[in-house]
Amino acid sequence: MLAKRIIPCLDIKDGTTVKGINFVNFRDAGDPVELGAQYSREGADELVYLDITASHEGRKTFTELVRKVAARLSIPFTVGGGINELEDVARLLGAGADKVSINSAALRRPQLIEEVAKHFGSQVCVVAIDANYENNDWLCYLNGGRIPTDKHLFEWASEAESRGAGEILFTSMTHDGVKDGYANEALATLADSLHIPIIASGGAGQKEHFRDAFTLGKADAALAASVFHFGEISISELKQYLANEGINVRKI
Amino acid sequence: MEVAIVKYNAGNIYSVDYALKRLGITPVVTADTEVLQKADKVIFPGVGEAGTTMEHLREHHLDRLIRDLKQPVLGICLGMQLMCRYSEEGNVECLHIFDTDVKRFLPVRQEDKVPHIGWNTLTDVKEGLFTPALEGRFVYFVHSYYVPLNEFTAATTDYVQPFSASLHKDNFYATQFHPEKSGTVGEAILTNFLNL
Repeated sequence: MLAKRIIPCLDIKDGTTVKGINFVNFRDAGDPVELGAQYSREGADELVYLDITASHEGRKTFTELVRKVAARLSIPFTVGGGINELEDVARLLGAGADKVSINSAALRRPQLIEEVAKHFGSQVCVVAIDANYENNDWLCYLNGGRIPTDKHLFEWASEAESRGAGEILFTSMTHDGVKDGYANEALATLADSLHIPIIASGGAGQKEHFRDAFTLGKADAALAASVFHFGEISISELKQYLANEGINVRKI
Repeated sequence: MEVAIVKYNAGNIYSVDYALKRLGITPVVTADTEVLQKADKVIFPGVGEAGTTMEHLREHHLDRLIRDLKQPVLGICLGMQLMCRYSEEGNVECLHIFDTDVKRFLPVRQEDKVPHIGWNTLTDVKEGLFTPALEGRFVYFVHSYYVPLNEFTAATTDYVQPFSASLHKDNFYATQFHPEKSGTVGEAILTNFLNL
């Protein structure tokens, strides 16, 4: 049976991990390669590396990092941040990434999804959507949640699927940082209307929240950052908890 | 030991290269006929589309070459599918090493998503690439097409219906999953192949 996936997300700036405060027990926490290897040992099923550097120089550093991660890790990883055109996708896949996550660039120019799917296959194309619940509707945002658009979550997700997205990574801006659980109702609507895997993001604070994302939210995978980085939840404990709750997770 | 990876227009060639290096083997990535024929082991990886990839293999006379190899050969993902008779992806005649066809997943329930992405279990594992200790272990899959169970099935995985996670016939071995992305379980399977 296909396992539900747990995916830690690492924010990268100028080639180093943007740190959490509880990194005291792990000397190499600033090193994205070592931190990724550590998560992999604990049972992470995949990793996401998100480049939050904007500069050209930073982008080169990030590509170098992708090469090192690919050489070191024996589990799949997705890279995102600053992907604007097919050339960026080719560069990152060429460096060894398994998948790319495209966000704002796809909203601005939806044909990019088709181009990526056609050239590299749908399986590498994760479409990330940041949406906020306002006036009884889910609205999509650009540039890491800074610029609102007139696109609606469910319509845009469905369009992304029909254009060739292989997975949808949905971050609820409403739930992100609140640590009160994922946007399970919206996740379930996505799972019921689409035919590609859905990755839940935004809102994880406790182990129960992951369980609920899989049961109530019907998500295929759950992504989180701070609860892992700050050591609030350990991945091995989380997977043991989920197994006890009857969720099918990978044992390593 | 000389391990050669078949170089062609496919996606995950360097992931396999990295995985072997982690095991202490430095493979040669090549399309050179002579190097491929002389290697002790040949790996035929692949992420891509079957139709255009077969066309590329024929153009470069790699189709014949792969079929005629006598040493242990390991096809991975698309590599495994191309070793079959025919693929529904691109309606294309393939290498016909395994006398079986490749079909597209047809979802039965809403939760049957295509592609099949993620970690799934191996059952009914056969000797060769697998040891009994690998029964029930998780490996990483990413695919939309599958090989039904047949006489060459060497491991089974259940998604939508039970299908071939691995095939074996004579010197030809193949996995639908990615051993190079399957953590320590994948490393064990690659090591078993290298020790054949």
